[in-house]
Amino acid sequence: MLRDITLGRYYRSDSIIHKLDPRVKLFAVLMFVLTMFMGDRYLHLAAAALSLLVLIVVSRIPFSYIVRGLRFIAVLLTMSALCIVFFTKGRELWSYGILRITYEGVQKAVFVSIRLVLLILGSSLLTLTTTPGNLTDGMDRSLGFLEKIKIPVHDIAMMMSVALRFIPILTEETDKIMKAQTSRGADFESGGVIRRAKALLPLLVPLFIAAFRRANDLATAMDARCYMGGAGRTKMRPLRYGRRDYIAYLLIVLYVILMAGIRFC
Amino acid sequence: MSMIKSIRLCHAYKKYDETGTEVFRTRVLDEIDIQIEEGQFVAILGHNGSGKSTLARHLNALLQPDKGELYIDGMLTKDVEKIYRIRQSCGMVFQNPDNQIIGATVEEDVAFGPENLGVKPEDIVKRVDESIEKVNMEKFRFKSPNHLSGGQKQRVAIASALAMKPKCIVLDEPTAMLDPKGRQDVMEVLRYLNRTFGITIILITHHMSEAVRADKIFVMNKGKVVMEDTPRHIFSHVPELKELKLEVPLVTEIAYELMRQGLFFRCDILTAEEFAEEFERVMGLRFD
Repeated sequence: MLRDITLGRYYRSDSIIHKLDPRVKLFAVLMFVLTMFMGDRYLHLAAAALSLLVLIVVSRIPFSYIVRGLRFIAVLLTMSALCIVFFTKGRELWSYGILRITYEGVQKAVFVSIRLVLLILGSSLLTLTTTPGNLTDGMDRSLGFLEKIKIPVHDIAMMMSVALRFIPILTEETDKIMKAQTSRGADFESGGVIRRAKALLPLLVPLFIAAFRRANDLATAMDARCYMGGAGRTKMRPLRYGRRDYIAYLLIVLYVILMAGIRFC
Repeated sequence: MSMIKSIRLCHAYKKYDETGTEVFRTRVLDEIDIQIEEGQFVAILGHNGSGKSTLARHLNALLQPDKGELYIDGMLTKDVEKIYRIRQSCGMVFQNPDNQIIGATVEEDVAFGPENLGVKPEDIVKRVDESIEKVNMEKFRFKSPNHLSGGQKQRVAIASALAMKPKCIVLDEPTAMLDPKGRQDVMEVLRYLNRTFGITIILITHHMSEAVRADKIFVMNKGKVVMEDTPRHIFSHVPELKELKLEVPLVTEIAYELMRQGLFFRCDILTAEEFAEEFERVMGLRFD
């Protein structure tokens, strides 16, 4: 059902990865992404893939569930791979008309595709093991230093969590408006891309109006419950580092050293 | 000291054009004088546009009076420094259950108020426990509000107001979007909170059946309080209420019609039991 859609597809389980502090996991993803771009050797990819595999096993998320997430980027992946295959110069493998496939192109395409898949798996592990609320909470706390350069981190985190809360409500509303308009003869399914895009316009207008009305109501409700912004606010379950979080930090640092080692050896 | 006291409270609705000149002005609240005591269960009735929702927003200091004064628990709503204390002592529940729940789970939403007040984490957990228990929602504590029914969502909203430890809760048509079962559950919770914990309840409603058991009813029309009395007295004025486009409980209306037909029927009947009793008395019959 539509109301079950959540962003990031959190998978409920009580593995040690689920229990880690979100700040640790955010740091881990950041490091994972950075080290991925450190070198261009297959050893890098192998090391990353192996660590990722260990993490997935520890997180107790079914492998098929994670791979399913890749479906959405399959198109993107094929497109980028094809671009690389056709537009890289080098030793010719095959050609037809203006199309040319090179040995270097194939090699590069394979490498980049694997890297992309690993990057996506790595970051989806974050959203699969962390509830959206916990995630925004972690961002709120770990990026707090940005407040000093006038970036309203708390406000952004609050906006994100409110947005997450309203995604299912707005999806349901879209569904309702669509059905109401279809029942009165609107056609969302036939015609070319442009016609379909045009058909969406009468859907978007009431959706936006409803969203603004909801936003206004919600703001009033927040006011009524003494919301005054981030200053002076406490948390029911404040984030606290435990022993396993420090161990995780240590492991992340070791991983970065390992990757740097592979790069510079 | 009364919980709520207003003195000649006025609120004008103004409309401006693009240049900022006033093009339209109407008085939504027109010299309202009300007084509500602590621990009372009060219903405010009125058809659409009678100003009752605007009054509700004044009670929570979400709106400021144009003229006149409003005291909530002895605090003047105009006093900017007291606004948050007023909002804490006078909680608010709105009509649309979806548009007032902020948290991703029931528990998180109930904690939102105390978190804003800067309550210590241990105390927040305690308040959340108590509030969820009072509205009988323990089973749903870790559920997402999207999976709850309308009545359950409104009970969460009540728990969220309770977590701020208010003396008074204002509810702006909380049952308007609910099914009969949800409506009944919400009403039961409200009566329980009122009886057991002495929390002042101010219920703004369309449904006469909900107002029947209130201690006092205010009837509003065109921004004025036109009637103010106990339910029994209010509902005996059937023609006046009809003139204000308000419904009367069905049994009251039947009793009134019977009286008009010349029977010696009391017309201040509020419940089916009372009606049966009166019917027996007048007809000399017995129901078994």
